[in-house]
Amino acid sequence: MRIFGHKPTITAWIGIVIVAGFLVIGIFAPWIAPYPEDRTFDDVGSYAPPSATMWLGTDQIGRDLLSRVIYGARTTIGIAFLTTVLSFAIGIVTGLWAVVGGKIVDQILSRLVDVMLSIPLLIFALIVLSLFGSLFQSVIGSLTVLICVIAVLDSTRVFRLSRSVAMNIVVLEYVEAARLRGEGTWWIIRREILPNALPPMISEFGLRFCFNFLFVAALSFLGLGVQPPLADWGGMVKENAKALGVGGMAPLWPAAAIALMTIGVNLIVDWILSINARPSGASAEM
Amino acid sequence: MAEGASKATTDQVLKITDLRIESIHGLVLVDNVSLELKRGEVLGLIGESGAGKSTIGLGAMAYSRGGCRITGGKVEIDGVSIRDLSAEGRREMRGRRIAYIAQSAAASFNPAHKIIDQVIEMPVKHGIMSKTEAKAWALELFRALDLPKPEIFGERYPHQVSGGQLQRAMTAMAMSCRPDIMVFDEPTTALDVTTQIEVLALIKKLIHEYNTAALYITHDLAVVAQVSDRIMVLRHGKMVELGDTKQILGAPRTDYARALVSERKEADHLSQLPKVDTAHVLEVTNAVGVYETFVAVNNVSIHVAKSETVAVVGESGSGKSSLARLILGLLPRRSGSVKFNGKELPPALKERSKDDLRRIQFIYQQPDVALNPRQTIAEIIGRPVQLYFGRSPAEVKRRVAELLVEVGLPEDYAGRLSTALSGGQKQRVSIARALAAEPDLIICDEPTSALDQLVADGVLKLLKKLQDELGVAYLFITHDLGIVRRIAHRTAVMLKGEIVAQGPTAQIFNPPFHPYTERLISSVPEMRTEWLDEVLAKRRVG
Repeated sequence: MRIFGHKPTITAWIGIVIVAGFLVIGIFAPWIAPYPEDRTFDDVGSYAPPSATMWLGTDQIGRDLLSRVIYGARTTIGIAFLTTVLSFAIGIVTGLWAVVGGKIVDQILSRLVDVMLSIPLLIFALIVLSLFGSLFQSVIGSLTVLICVIAVLDSTRVFRLSRSVAMNIVVLEYVEAARLRGEGTWWIIRREILPNALPPMISEFGLRFCFNFLFVAALSFLGLGVQPPLADWGGMVKENAKALGVGGMAPLWPAAAIALMTIGVNLIVDWILSINARPSGASAEM
Repeated sequence: MAEGASKATTDQVLKITDLRIESIHGLVLVDNVSLELKRGEVLGLIGESGAGKSTIGLGAMAYSRGGCRITGGKVEIDGVSIRDLSAEGRREMRGRRIAYIAQSAAASFNPAHKIIDQVIEMPVKHGIMSKTEAKAWALELFRALDLPKPEIFGERYPHQVSGGQLQRAMTAMAMSCRPDIMVFDEPTTALDVTTQIEVLALIKKLIHEYNTAALYITHDLAVVAQVSDRIMVLRHGKMVELGDTKQILGAPRTDYARALVSERKEADHLSQLPKVDTAHVLEVTNAVGVYETFVAVNNVSIHVAKSETVAVVGESGSGKSSLARLILGLLPRRSGSVKFNGKELPPALKERSKDDLRRIQFIYQQPDVALNPRQTIAEIIGRPVQLYFGRSPAEVKRRVAELLVEVGLPEDYAGRLSTALSGGQKQRVSIARALAAEPDLIICDEPTSALDQLVADGVLKLLKKLQDELGVAYLFITHDLGIVRRIAHRTAVMLKGEIVAQGPTAQIFNPPFHPYTERLISSVPEMRTEWLDEVLAKRRVG
């Protein structure tokens, strides 16, 4: 089987299976999960060990862990994916605009990004979320606020990358040829630079997806991310951390899910990177 | 070299038998090539790109580039089969017994270290010499290679010396271990003709003085004629013909070798061109172009008439390309005027009308980067048609097909990406893109210098044909005087941003010469083995 005209390697297949598996689980969570995510089982109690009816046992307030991991896939992957898409849209457009739009545009955008980058991401997110989070929460919902804030903050990194990738493309002669032809800025961005900037960006997409994924988990861990009773893997690690003290395995399951998903994405990214690094027929030296 | 000579039992230092190199996809790059090399002998490997010249050169060191591997054959240096050695043993061989000189010296030096440190690194590392010995030997080499102030030359960094000097320093680096065999891979291709002649002379002298054997890889028959004793003609990884230099140049036995030789000879003749209109398409008067503080174009006046070809020649850095950029509006014009069809053109690109842009088209030197690799040929050629003439998609499609036929490409190439095309085909697409705008003037910046000889010839013929049919004018920038003789009605010679001589091509190429023109003309290698010695002797007297 070929994907995008290339044959995946064995490790790429492993990654594809992992990611596809989680996607299916996330999308069909209500049908797959044995119990609702917020149902507590008082009769079983908290931190119950795995059993025939509850394969992974229960969490700190007696909810089925397996169901929560399954629902968590939906929330965590969904948020991370939307965030990354949004952050790439913002980052690429501003990055390419900085390159094509002239010195002044570049200076303004780049210095703005420098300012944002000089503040640690997590602290910045904490400030923004605690200051404005409740303000917009009622209007667009807390998850949307979370996605937008992470996307804007993360887009500074994407901006940096897309700008430097585009810098190397904009000096190429086919871009100059477009200028000589009298093409507008938007056409040059869209038709000349973007198609050539995308391949290195696609692999970055996978990496940033993992970062965002972990970032959502970290914010949840601090209590500013996904709010309970919604299940998400990062939050679940936090909620169940105490179980380790009493010999329970509860936090290990969501942690394992995070690790597995990260590995899966990275296996695919590695494969995409190796396609890009491989000389294409035309440029290979004899 | 006394100790090296005593070790050898016979005169033969390198013997390659049935060398076979394949790419990992099974493509045969070198197909059972055999050669022998004696001490003090130079064998020229000649062929077009893809002929496997460099692959054989590296194969002589039992080295293959990434994605290739040696699948058969024997490589013996002084009777030792290098392929049978361990990786360690091979490393010991390389550099010490056999050294490689690459085309781009700039890419072969580490910009962060002084030249001397890089030159003495190998002998010290291999334990052949102590640091002081190596330095003394390097100094001797710098002197032999005629480098300026050899005592302090090594103290400089690679970017502080000129391209020709760096190429010579690279030769010194290769010689640093006193190898028995040197592999020169197009060592002068990246250099100007006037620099090339110096480097050639020094390489020749060095080989003689130290009785080294050499493989000399090049695509230029006239260059190989000067340095080599024998020539091997290669094509598609196979040997086509092997013989004495004089025999290959004078009486090649195979058709392919004959085509190569006659193509090169044609370049030496002045061709007759039809008369042209007198109406000036382009008229540049006293133009001055400045990069920040550097004056790249200084008080240049030049004009191009309808259906005329005007060649601009000069060495790299002479301001040829800057002149083109000034006309195009990419280089700011400080003073002077550029008139197009009698109308003054604004200096900056942004102020020019769409019609102004359409009427002047540009063809780049490197077709690889001049075409967007993510667009199909139809998009690349169709865009100007759509942009300038606002045609419907169906009309654009028809026009693209027309243009493809016109530049000699099959119509079904329209759906392909440019990356699937060869260099010559890409350049034809560039020409089609320029034609799509239906221009009055096409500025060509060395459009054939990145192409193989026979392919370049096809492109030149195409340009000529289009001029006859469409009456388009060319401003043709080149460093190749052979091309100028063949296609240019008039020629301008540039030196340091100024035009030092200008006139009908026949006049420029006949006495009385401007001194610089003469130097330029006399530096172009001719297809005679005695040429280099003659020119050097003449210059010494002069």
